[in-house]
Amino acid sequence: MYQLIVFLPLIGAIIAGLLGTQAFRMMGSTVDSHGHDDAHAGHAHAHDDHGHDDHAHHAYPTPWAAYLTSGLLVISAILSWVAFWQYMHEAEPMKVEVLRWVNSGALNANWAFRIDTLTAVMLVVVNTVSSLVHIYSIGYMSHDPHQPRFFAYLSLFTFAMLMLVTSDNLLQMFFGWEGVGLASYLLIGFWYHKPSANAAAIKAFIVNRVGDFGFLLGIAAVFLIFGSIEFDTIFSSAAEQVGKTMTFLSWQFDVLTAICLLLFMGAMGKSAQFLLHTWLPDAMEGPTPVSALIHAATMVTAGVFLVARMSPLYELAPHARDVVIVVGAITAFFAATVGLVQNDIKRVIAYSTCSQLGYMFVAMGVGAYGVGMFHLFTHAFFKALLFLGSGSVIHAMSNEQDIRKMGGLAPHIRVTWAMMLIGTLSLTGFPYTAGYFSKDAIIEGAFTSHAAAAGFAFVLLVVAAFCTSFYSWRLMFLTFHGKSRATSEVMSHVHESPQVMMAPLYILAAGALLAGIVFAPYFIGHDEVHFWAQGIFRGPENKIIEEMHHVPAWVKWSPFVAMVLGFALAYQFYIRRTDIPGKLAEQHWPLYQFLLNKWYFDELYDFIFVNPAKWLGRFLWKRGDGWLIDGFGPDGVSARVVDVTQRVVKLQSGYLFHYAFAMLIGVAALVTWFMFGSAH
Amino acid sequence: MTVASLFFYLFSVVACAAAVMVISSRNPVHSVLFLILVFFNAAGLFILAGAEFLALILVVVYVGAVAVLFLFVVMMLDVDFTELRRGMLSYLPIGGAIGLILLVELILVLGTWNFSSEAGKIAEPIAPGGVTNTEALGLILYTKYFFYFQVAGLVLLVAMIGAIVLTLRHKAGVKRQNIADQVARNPATAIEVRQVKPGQGI
Amino acid sequence: MMSLLDHIQGTAALPEIFLVVAAMALLMFGVFREKSADIVNIAAIVVLGIAVAMVIWGGEGRQEAFGGSLVIDTFARFMKVLTLFGSAVAIVLSVNFMKTEKIERFEYPILVLLATAGMMIMISANDLVALYMGLELQSLALYVVAAIDRDKAKSSEAGLKYFVLGALSSGMLLYGASLIYGFTGHVAFPEIARALAAGEPGLGLIFGLVFLIAGLAFKVSAVPFHMWTPDVYEGAPTPVAAFFAAAPKIAAMALFVRAMLAPFSGVLPDWQQILVFISIASMVLGAFAAIGQTNIKRLVAYSSIGHMGYALIGLAAGSPEGVRSVVIYMTIYLIMTLGTFACILAMRRKDGQVETISDLAGLARTNGLHAFFLAVFMFSLAGIPPLAGFFAKYFIFMAAIKANLVTLAVIGVLASVVGAVYYIRIVKLMYFDEPAERFEPMVTEVKAVVVLAGLFVLLFALFPQPLNSLAEAAAASLF
Repeated sequence: MYQLIVFLPLIGAIIAGLLGTQAFRMMGSTVDSHGHDDAHAGHAHAHDDHGHDDHAHHAYPTPWAAYLTSGLLVISAILSWVAFWQYMHEAEPMKVEVLRWVNSGALNANWAFRIDTLTAVMLVVVNTVSSLVHIYSIGYMSHDPHQPRFFAYLSLFTFAMLMLVTSDNLLQMFFGWEGVGLASYLLIGFWYHKPSANAAAIKAFIVNRVGDFGFLLGIAAVFLIFGSIEFDTIFSSAAEQVGKTMTFLSWQFDVLTAICLLLFMGAMGKSAQFLLHTWLPDAMEGPTPVSALIHAATMVTAGVFLVARMSPLYELAPHARDVVIVVGAITAFFAATVGLVQNDIKRVIAYSTCSQLGYMFVAMGVGAYGVGMFHLFTHAFFKALLFLGSGSVIHAMSNEQDIRKMGGLAPHIRVTWAMMLIGTLSLTGFPYTAGYFSKDAIIEGAFTSHAAAAGFAFVLLVVAAFCTSFYSWRLMFLTFHGKSRATSEVMSHVHESPQVMMAPLYILAAGALLAGIVFAPYFIGHDEVHFWAQGIFRGPENKIIEEMHHVPAWVKWSPFVAMVLGFALAYQFYIRRTDIPGKLAEQHWPLYQFLLNKWYFDELYDFIFVNPAKWLGRFLWKRGDGWLIDGFGPDGVSARVVDVTQRVVKLQSGYLFHYAFAMLIGVAALVTWFMFGSAH
Repeated sequence: MTVASLFFYLFSVVACAAAVMVISSRNPVHSVLFLILVFFNAAGLFILAGAEFLALILVVVYVGAVAVLFLFVVMMLDVDFTELRRGMLSYLPIGGAIGLILLVELILVLGTWNFSSEAGKIAEPIAPGGVTNTEALGLILYTKYFFYFQVAGLVLLVAMIGAIVLTLRHKAGVKRQNIADQVARNPATAIEVRQVKPGQGI
Repeated sequence: MMSLLDHIQGTAALPEIFLVVAAMALLMFGVFREKSADIVNIAAIVVLGIAVAMVIWGGEGRQEAFGGSLVIDTFARFMKVLTLFGSAVAIVLSVNFMKTEKIERFEYPILVLLATAGMMIMISANDLVALYMGLELQSLALYVVAAIDRDKAKSSEAGLKYFVLGALSSGMLLYGASLIYGFTGHVAFPEIARALAAGEPGLGLIFGLVFLIAGLAFKVSAVPFHMWTPDVYEGAPTPVAAFFAAAPKIAAMALFVRAMLAPFSGVLPDWQQILVFISIASMVLGAFAAIGQTNIKRLVAYSSIGHMGYALIGLAAGSPEGVRSVVIYMTIYLIMTLGTFACILAMRRKDGQVETISDLAGLARTNGLHAFFLAVFMFSLAGIPPLAGFFAKYFIFMAAIKANLVTLAVIGVLASVVGAVYYIRIVKLMYFDEPAERFEPMVTEVKAVVVLAGLFVLLFALFPQPLNSLAEAAAASLF
């Protein structure tokens, strides 16, 4: 069963990828023969997202690749739920060996699935969201001529993500880790004819490289210390390493803290945490379903999963956990503040994602791994819902993404509005929605924790909750309420998306509403110890979950109050007194610019890293490669070869006596050699 | 012995000097004549070595046929040899240097070679007593060296074919004498008798 | 008949005798019959085929003929079959060309037959006289054949240049042979070997060896005795150039191998130095000079100079592996060259034969088959795996390394890198440039040669064993 879950997406990716391109070629010829369709395809190319679906008579062939991959994913998702069901009701953790992989010296890494509760949760999240996104994309990408490629990438991504979450050792995890990075790169740059998409894809890849570098060092450190990269070995001998130190370049490090921090560096990159977050908003250049799948629900949570998976180590490294708390809290706060002023509908949600990931890391840092995983679980539903909903809005608005040019859409696309509303409620933590359970639990956990940075984190998280509420409602109000600011032509086209796009929204909406109330007992409630027994390790002194339930009432109420305040302020600003935001922005112009430009991180990085790197690159290219290596290497050699050739060709004069003379010289040279040169 | 030595050096020196003249004289006819002189001296050397058949064959074939043929060709073709030789001076230094080097080296090698005391005997003709030079050659040419002889014949055949292939041209309309036809003519085939009536013509 | 052959000790040389007699018979036939070229062509091919059969089924082991002047061993048999095959294919390729160029003559196949007889004598030659006789029989016929298009100045010039330089090289060879005779007292190879084994070889013998090698190197067109090659290939009619590049090279290389190993294995270090020098010079010059060529026949000429350099590496190794690699190399070279020349022969437009490289531009789009096989030959000549040419070079270099000639092997590899430039440039021209005017469709027999040679080159990697073991047996018979 687990093999099926993992490999079905791979099969889909291979078939769609290999045969799809062939089909595309055949299709290319039909497109060429119809001038109109050609123009239509060009239209789809040129625009940001997708073409209009008003034209029903498009000449694209049956999107079999889409149906195939979606079908396989749905099967995979159903099987995942079955597995998850088993683990909810006591199933022993198990290992599924697939094949021997790397066997080199002391380094042994077999390809195996490690199935426990943690894996089961991730399987459900990944496969559910992925299958829904596949289905959604059938509608969303129906006009794209490169459809098979898109679905191949999506399925490839899913496979890589499944490799990551089922890994039994760090190497396999790294394989999945890089696999999702690759798929993410391909999907962000899916419209490769757009320079901005290419730039975003490269940015995502390179920023992730920084994190991956840390991850790789972490793996190396683990291998150095434990002599193995298998989880079982590492976890069982982790306790022996407490307090030991290692020396690197004459610096003393606490072993476990160093390993945990290095691994966390990888997690920061993949999960877009503060300092390494810059790629995530730019990644919105990809098609919207991709944003929903990769950059909201699944891939970015890989970092959270990594920390949860390595909980036996983190549990023994309190200093590392302090760092996790601080970084998570700052990210949550920072991203929420930036989200306040963004105008691109997808970017707002992207910063929201970034912020929510910060919440999850805080939960990990304080030792409430189950709580963090629960937020990951619920977040997947409502964030995917928000992204797919915003995709629907964009679809309706003919590729318009700027919320300043929207407004008053609610009557026109009421179902989408309702879906977005559910997502927003869940995100802001409206009581008894999914987000309410998980997010509030994190805030309570931050309060309860005895960690040094916990108090700091608690304050920032509550503020972030307020900001979250504000920008979420700002988004809702600007998009759906008030007077329309769009052109009448656009407004006349506003329409509800087709059913194939709406159906996934319904399922996700159901999840966003109910996931909390249904699963809270298992993830964070009374069944919690039992549920997480095998997946997550907590030290004996870590009693945060019990203590969490006994926090003062004001703590329990604080996120709710923050949410209500945020809602009220947003209502005041964007429904009742729409002139206030502009005035505020003018009064606090520097602050507004600071937030609008995302704390000037991109500019800072450009200044510190990108421009020097570009300069160095240009130097090495022009001077180093072009002048030095080409000049003295290939170009120089080939120029010399031509010189020699010309001389040699000149020897061939055509005169008989030259030829005869050459022979005589040859003989004379050989004879002379034997007279004076050789051993004789 | 001394007389033989004297003639040996005479023939050798003249042969070498004539060879130099072949390539250096301005008039091509003189060159060919010097070539003939070389042949004659070589024939003299053959006679000194007791190979009188080879000596005479050399004179007959090379002087009588080849060199005379050369002479005819040189005289019939109006080739401006001075024109051909104009570049010679510019090539002389390096060409001469190479030649000189080769010569010096060969002299060094051959001159320093210690000939065994029996070397002289080996050089003696091994013709059995009482058999003439010609007969001795004939005895081995068709037996022991049959194969070489045949292949040499083939080489000549090829040379003949080559000469024909490269020069023979069948021209249309060329009248040739056919002796057989001429001999076979008789009055019946050659003569037609017509009655010519006076005043009417044929 | 048999008793007569026995009497002259010629039983083992039956194929040669047959070839010569048949050539003379055909000569008579051709002279006395009008318009006989077609029949003589076919008859010559049949004669060559029969000669192949006679060589193959003529006996086993080592045989001698004419009192030891000729030796027929496995090596000789193998090389003779290659030579006969090369000559036959050359005649096949010439038929249509000669007809369309109106230089169709019955003497051509007869001269080829006589030249082939000379080559067979060269391959079997076991003394200096037989060596020279065979060489002259072959060369004289080749001089004539080079000038066979006698109304074209270039062809005549080619014949004349070849003749004069050939005479010079023969002179050197004879001078060398006389020095060797003088310093050892023998002309037969086994006797010379015995004399060398008896005492220290003098410098005079080495001098003779230098001159002898100069004469032989001229025949395989190794640098610096190569200068005639490009001019003759360019001037001679294309099928004649194909003939020159194929059979005589095999024979001359076989002669070279035997003339070095049979009498002079005692002074291997000496002639090894000479061979290393001329092989490096050939490889390097072949690689560099070919880059500057615009005429494809000249290019192939330089290519063959380079290839002879590679083959000489194997000989320089002086070991059974070395000879084996030479045998393999020459076999593969023969087939690649014949295929290449067949492709060049197919470069014909309505207004006649063309032979500049730029005429090949965009061939892939006008005649895919032609372009594909020419590309295969080019890649193979460049030594790109998995084509046959790669294995040829591979064995050579392996033999050189085993014989401690590592520097030579490295230079060979570097030269083949430079050489790859011009081969691959042709491929680029055919596949990526704008098409030039279309060629006439290939003639059937030319197409057959192209396809068969191409298939051999392509599939050799799958079935290397037969050639390998044959070459091994051939090499073993020399040691």
